[in-house]
Amino acid sequence: MSKFKKGGADKQPAISTSSLPDIVFMLLFFFMVSTVMREVDLKVEINQPEASEVEKLKQKALVNYVYIGEPVEKERYGTTPRIQLNDAFATPKDIGPYIETRKTEVDEAEIPLLTTSLKVDRDVKMGIVTDVKQELREAQSLKISYSTMEKADVDAF
Amino acid sequence: MADIAFLLLVFFLVTTTMDTDFGLMRKLPPPVPDDVESPPIKERNVFVVLANAQNKLLVEGEPMEISQLKDAAKEFIANPKNDPKLPDKKTVDVPFFGKTDVSKQVISLQNDRGTSYELYIQVQNELARAYNELRNELAREKFGKSFDRLKEDGEDEKVKAIRAIYPQRISEAEPKSVGG
Repeated sequence: MSKFKKGGADKQPAISTSSLPDIVFMLLFFFMVSTVMREVDLKVEINQPEASEVEKLKQKALVNYVYIGEPVEKERYGTTPRIQLNDAFATPKDIGPYIETRKTEVDEAEIPLLTTSLKVDRDVKMGIVTDVKQELREAQSLKISYSTMEKADVDAF
Repeated sequence: MADIAFLLLVFFLVTTTMDTDFGLMRKLPPPVPDDVESPPIKERNVFVVLANAQNKLLVEGEPMEISQLKDAAKEFIANPKNDPKLPDKKTVDVPFFGKTDVSKQVISLQNDRGTSYELYIQVQNELARAYNELRNELAREKFGKSFDRLKEDGEDEKVKAIRAIYPQRISEAEPKSVGG
């Protein structure tokens, strides 16, 4: 019989949960601040290409998005790449009116700052992208950004 | 209390998309009326990059791999040895630099309708890298810090001067459709 064994004294005390709300609130504020609401439900698959010389898009309110890629629901819409504006499929002809509506939504002074972000799947052929670019030229919306993933510049190291 | 906070937390977790939008910024040329002729440009001042439907590059009449494009473009833009085949230069008065020879380079990029978007972005990226590296080299030599640092530090005059020496001129020709 051991003299030093104390009966039941080494039972672990329960972890105090009194600081739990603090931690949860901290996380909550972090997500509230860093959150960006999803703009649209994507109906096309987009796997963006990578590039190293990228710039960050500023002023999200002044960005128009054009999505190009293969439809997600392949049984219904086939595999030909399609254009998506807002929540619906579109044709290149719809881009002009879309840009015009966007121009009326923003302040007149900010119209030249409107940027079109092209989110295009890496396997799409340039034909459809070219059509979109021509329409944007016609609509006088000349600032564009080819949306890409950021890749580290291999030569920088 | 913690329950409500948890509920809100879960809501924000679900609706959050953390992706910040990165991209290659470009400016499209304004629409051109049909009856306007393009101004004449000397052939030595133009660096022609063609991309075909098989995703192969033809640069200045020679087939080239994408990995070599940046260095070829850099040599063309800077023309360090004043090679008569590479672009000629014009002496311009630039602030901070004084009278400087600025090359009259233009890069012409032409792609086929069948070129893949990935290759197109790679070409755009390599060309942008060529310009950025030249600008960085010049900025380090003259101001002791890289071009990106100058931009971050808000030294707009210096940024402008460097842009004046290496202006980014990438012209995209009207698209063609062959073998697409």
